[in-house]
Amino acid sequence: MPHDTAAHDTAARDTAARDTALPGAVAPGTAAGPAPVPAAADDGEQSLARLEAGLDALESAAVSDRRPWWRIVLSRLLPPAVALAAIVLVWDVLVWAHVRSGEIMLPGPGDVWNSLVAEWGPSRIGAAVWDSVYRAAIGFTASVLIGTVLGLLIARIAPLRAAVQPLLSGLQNLPSVAWVPIGIIWFGVSPATIYTVVLLGAVPSIAVGLIDGLDRVPPIYLRVGRNLGARGLDSVRFVLIPAALPGYVSGMKQGWAFAWRSLMAAELIAISPQLGPGVGQVMKFAQENLDLPLALGSIIIILIIGIGINQLFFAPLERRLLRTRGLSRS
Amino acid sequence: MTLTIDEAAQARTLTETAVRLTGVTKRFGKQTGTPVLDGIDLAVAPGEFVCLLGASGCGKSTLLNLIAGLDPVSSGSIEVSGGRAALMFQESALFPWLTAAGNIELALRLRGVDKARRRTEAERLLRLVRLEGAAKKRAHELSGGMRQRVALARALAQQAAVLLMDEPFAALDAITRDVLHGELTALWQETGVTVLFVTHNVREAVRLGQRVVMLSSRPGRVAREWRVDIPQPRRIEDADVAELAREITDELHREITRHGRVGVDKGASGHAS
Ligand SMILES: Nc1ncnc2c1ncn2[C@@H]1O[C@H](COP(=O)(O)OP(=O)(O)OP(=O)(O)O)[C@@H](O)[C@H]1O
Ligand SMILES: [Mg+2]
Repeated sequence: MPHDTAAHDTAARDTAARDTALPGAVAPGTAAGPAPVPAAADDGEQSLARLEAGLDALESAAVSDRRPWWRIVLSRLLPPAVALAAIVLVWDVLVWAHVRSGEIMLPGPGDVWNSLVAEWGPSRIGAAVWDSVYRAAIGFTASVLIGTVLGLLIARIAPLRAAVQPLLSGLQNLPSVAWVPIGIIWFGVSPATIYTVVLLGAVPSIAVGLIDGLDRVPPIYLRVGRNLGARGLDSVRFVLIPAALPGYVSGMKQGWAFAWRSLMAAELIAISPQLGPGVGQVMKFAQENLDLPLALGSIIIILIIGIGINQLFFAPLERRLLRTRGLSRS
Repeated sequence: MTLTIDEAAQARTLTETAVRLTGVTKRFGKQTGTPVLDGIDLAVAPGEFVCLLGASGCGKSTLLNLIAGLDPVSSGSIEVSGGRAALMFQESALFPWLTAAGNIELALRLRGVDKARRRTEAERLLRLVRLEGAAKKRAHELSGGMRQRVALARALAQQAAVLLMDEPFAALDAITRDVLHGELTALWQETGVTVLFVTHNVREAVRLGQRVVMLSSRPGRVAREWRVDIPQPRRIEDADVAELAREITDELHREITRHGRVGVDKGASGHAS
């Protein structure tokens, strides 16, 4: 091969110095054996390296903002806490101003707190919260499994997609509580009814999220994967799934919101002693006893659990995914 | 998977060409009329550095995709020594969910390199492109030039005897591109890999290649080729590089002008009828 001698010798020296196992099939420099290295070629190599180091330093100057963890936590928790305090304050002032006009009854924050504390305890709200969270966890897990399989099938099989995708989007528009009457007719007031409603609420979001994620995988990644030698399952595992993950996770996040919302609605409507307690039932109980503080307290509990799971689990996961891919600010 | 020198020499005597295209024609879908590529014949010797030059849209990327086996040919045949070629895309196309080292390790993993060796091999490849400090960085944290170097290291990790490069430096600034030209030349000389480099930058082609092959447009055919006998290391500003680049550019302009005239003629006849 017609390399000039200076570079040829440099190649030989470098090959010997670094590692003999070079990736290419043919190593032209090695056959010649070591020879005196002309100073000019060496200078060329080194000045190239120095120039490159300078460029790298200039171009990647952006220093990532490394704050201590407690300041990050504080910056995330403080603003919502302040907003919450402000709401409670306004609420308290409103109650205080209206308390004698008596047109509508609005219990103050203190009343709600006292009511929750009084009704807490293993037999009442504590048990109800546990029951609801347990149902939500089961319902959501089942939704993820079903939604994932459904999403994969729809994304991969074109005729199925043409047939089912519009229905799936339509199902997202239908409040899943609408299924409660049918569920009760089929299954009676039973866990099956509740889980049906939760599934019908969460599965479409999860499936649609996954399909969206898969659709939005840039085709170039699949081509790169194929050129790297990823075929069949390897391609799914190493390219398709990681590339589709952000859409999938945001589908799951929305799926959780729907699951929790549907569960509360179902619990509020489908009530029976065999079902055991649940936050929805507590609310119904409050309604029947005209217990306003308890009803308001239940709403607050529903909010706290719904927001809490999102903030503790889905939001950080999503943030992480987007940040590592350079898709979010900061 | 790395071939020893003996095996490589043997492979070389068995097939004297690293890439051989015979009558390669490509039509997309149900396309009728002139094909994108029409009867391309090209042989690239092992260890050779060939630059493919052509106007925008003449089918350069299409040709590389065919050689890489990503698309099927409509007719003709393609032989690649070792059966596969590594392809480096214009945008680095690094996987954003993996670090720089992770991208390289995935390529090694898909080649069947065992876990223990993947780490050290990835480190070695990053050192080869002088990015040992960037192993844990992700694509969006790297500059364009650094990204292309990681992509180059990943392509080398594929351990194919043939490296296809599709305008890999087109999106870079001139200084970075100059540096990468030097780096690619050095790497090519060190590894002896066969390179088929696509560009529409004539000077870049002359700066890098041992041979410059010009494709015509619509249909894409091999129009002309030049041997570049200027010794490496060359610089893009060198007088003899500029001189040959000028000759090739003139030829390229003639080739492109010819299409304009055909277009005008067609337009004129269109009006007349
Ligand atoms: N998948 C496809 N389906 C139909 N036509 C295509 C497809 N890919 C490319 N083409 C056509 O083939 C021709 C050649 O495209 P190609 O991308 O190979 O050109 P190129 O030489 O790489 O151009 P550039 O310099 O702009 O990158 C173009 O006219 C393009 O429109
Ligand atoms: Mg192209």
